[in-house]
Amino acid sequence: MDRNRLQHQVACMRRSLFDQGYLDEPFIQLEELQDDANPNFVQEIVTLFYSDSARLIQNIEHALNSRPIDFNKLDDYMHQFKGSSSSIGAKKVTNECTVFREHCSAENAEGCIRSFQQVKQEYAILRRKLEVYLQMVGQAAVSQTA
Amino acid sequence: MNFSCGRGAMSITSSSAAWKPADAVADQFPAGLRVLVVDDDPTCLMILEKMLRTCLYEVTKCNRAETALSILRENKNGFDVVISDVHMPDMDGFKLLEHIGLEMDLPVIMMSADDGKHVVMKGVTHGACDYLIKPVRIEALKNIWQHVVRKRKNEWKEFEQSGSVEEGDRQLKQSEDADYSSSANEGNWRGSKKRKDDEEETDERDDTSTLKKPRVVWSVELHQQFVAAVNQLGIDKAVPKKILEMMNVPGLTRENVASHLQKYRLYLRRLSGVSQHQSNLNPPFISPQGATFGPLSSLNGLDLQALAATGQLPTQSLARLQAAGLGRPTAKSSIPMTLVDQRNTFSFENPKLRFGGQQQQHMNNKQQINLLHGIPTNMEPKQLDNLQHSGQSIGNMNMQVASHGAQNNQNNSLLMQMGQPQSRGQVLGDTTVSQSPGHPSSMGQPILSNGMAANFASRNGIPENIGGPSYNTVSQASSTLNLPLNFPMNHASELPGNSFPLESTPGISSFSSKGVFQDVSSEIKGSVGFMLGYDIFNDLNQHKTQSWELQNVGMTFDAPQHSSSLQDDLHIMQSVSVQQGSTVQMNGHNRSAAIASKAMFSAGDIKEHGNAQNVNQHLNNLVDNARRVKSERIYDTSPANLFPDHFGQEDLMSALLKQQDGIGPTENEFDFDG
Repeated sequence: MDRNRLQHQVACMRRSLFDQGYLDEPFIQLEELQDDANPNFVQEIVTLFYSDSARLIQNIEHALNSRPIDFNKLDDYMHQFKGSSSSIGAKKVTNECTVFREHCSAENAEGCIRSFQQVKQEYAILRRKLEVYLQMVGQAAVSQTA
Repeated sequence: MNFSCGRGAMSITSSSAAWKPADAVADQFPAGLRVLVVDDDPTCLMILEKMLRTCLYEVTKCNRAETALSILRENKNGFDVVISDVHMPDMDGFKLLEHIGLEMDLPVIMMSADDGKHVVMKGVTHGACDYLIKPVRIEALKNIWQHVVRKRKNEWKEFEQSGSVEEGDRQLKQSEDADYSSSANEGNWRGSKKRKDDEEETDERDDTSTLKKPRVVWSVELHQQFVAAVNQLGIDKAVPKKILEMMNVPGLTRENVASHLQKYRLYLRRLSGVSQHQSNLNPPFISPQGATFGPLSSLNGLDLQALAATGQLPTQSLARLQAAGLGRPTAKSSIPMTLVDQRNTFSFENPKLRFGGQQQQHMNNKQQINLLHGIPTNMEPKQLDNLQHSGQSIGNMNMQVASHGAQNNQNNSLLMQMGQPQSRGQVLGDTTVSQSPGHPSSMGQPILSNGMAANFASRNGIPENIGGPSYNTVSQASSTLNLPLNFPMNHASELPGNSFPLESTPGISSFSSKGVFQDVSSEIKGSVGFMLGYDIFNDLNQHKTQSWELQNVGMTFDAPQHSSSLQDDLHIMQSVSVQQGSTVQMNGHNRSAAIASKAMFSAGDIKEHGNAQNVNQHLNNLVDNARRVKSERIYDTSPANLFPDHFGQEDLMSALLKQQDGIGPTENEFDFDG
């Protein structure tokens, strides 16, 4: 029963992640890519995303703190960040990135700073949720083999 | 065979060592389709790789464009399709696209999170066969094989319609490929490649098999002849039939020329479109502003004019260069620089231009001289700025360098520096100028021609007595180049075609264990494109003899009388590369300086050893103390090693240098056969 409950919980959480707009279609693609050859594919990709994001976020912070602000570079970094977040289906994060880029092209420093806070926030939330979710997924998988 | 570039280890021998791509593809097509995917985003790259594997394709992934190019060059016929991201730090995806289209003629699919119409259109105009919006779905990847088949089918049609010596083509191609295989590849690659070539030979009629196609290899020499013919006919009047006749190359078909011409036109259009659009320069060919890049683009002297227009290139030398550039196809076409030009034809900013001019000098054709009259020596800053933004023309490059002035002193110097080498002999190949604050060594500057560089130098307060333009820059070099130029120079002469011996050198240095490229890239953002474009790095770790072999191979298509000089050039290049290899350890900045100096040296010294001293002097003048030492060191070692033979090659560089030095242009300077 535990196993079923676990699986049920996993399914529920997954459902809510999609329903609440944290995750999107590309994430499903990732799940589908996971197979016996790559049983932890989703986790691997997400981990890669975390490390890459950390780097990009740092770069953006740095660029936002420098004066004068180089909007081209900012846009460049954010473009990258948006690219990778969209590739894993991080919907809310991606949307915030879009807002940020709009401020960037308008060279609106304040707007950029504000929206970047949003980006970071969404990123933090998603990361937390994903970690919980994937942990549950892992547990369910283990319980399955037990 | 799965190469993991960027991982530092090239695993040629993998479990699929016995893999015969041709076989697999023929049997289970599209399974086994050999895809090279390039994306700087590690997350996307990994996802794409997995998706492509799921489609049963044979995937090689790469996180840098330069690395991708080296892989492709090293493994000609090793891939069926390339998928590349548009935004990449070391090279614009569209540039990569152009290169691949010209050199390897592979279908390239672009990807981007950007779905703006403008960007997608860019993909179309640059010749991408498809454009995928990120995030890419696996369904989109499942059908990419269609592009491979389509391309092959079209090529076959061309081939069949040619009706000319198909046998000759095939043999030519085969021998070239075989040569490439033997000298360029190692171990398994050689075996499988040769096997593939054989298979290609026998299965050419099979349309559905995607690995075989008769391809004319557009060697440096061949492209030179092509461009010369086009120039002579006039870009508007140049029809394949006439070009073919003028080129008079046995085994070349009208269709080969036609498709090559198409690409060339595309390139020219792009170049002129951008430059004209961007600059305030007047359209007329020889306007006082010297603005026209369009018409110029059809000439090897395009760059020259631009340079002249920017006031950097003395009118006379420009004239000379142009004259040379427009020389007859039958004239000695061995252009030392051609190699580089070709290689870097389109997208990289490199001083191919200069090369064009240099080559032309060989031709001793003065027809263009009068064109240069009236070319002003000063570009207005505004124009410069405009040009800068285009980043597409040499003029832009020049403009940028000039306009940035103080701010970009270092850039300028680097530019010039790089420019020098390039013009010299195109040793340095492409240079992607990019901004890298904090990366003083960003090299990508080869855009300046010799004359240009010199002028810039003076403009920027660089001591005038620099042997070559690049020298000047070197002395100034310091911080980052803020020139995000992209300057497809030289398309005029350069079509790299498929056979750039230099590029095909097996030196995997660019992406594998050497990690040279990686290092360079990280240090010298701008320069990466530059250096790599030239494939110097490829050669860096390569055995000299090996690369020489390659060069010889690459020359198979050349006319006999030219091949030696061309090979010499190649050798020079190789030598330079090898030499440069020794300087790899230098920090990026110095390295670029050193390399530039070196390149310049080698280029300039091709035949006129007398110039060596000048070059040496110039080098010394240019480089600051630290660099100077390094340059000198490099330089010192080079003469003996680099030029063991007497190269009967005129070096435009030296000619320009002489000019810079106030020596009047003399005919003999352009005399090839010294």
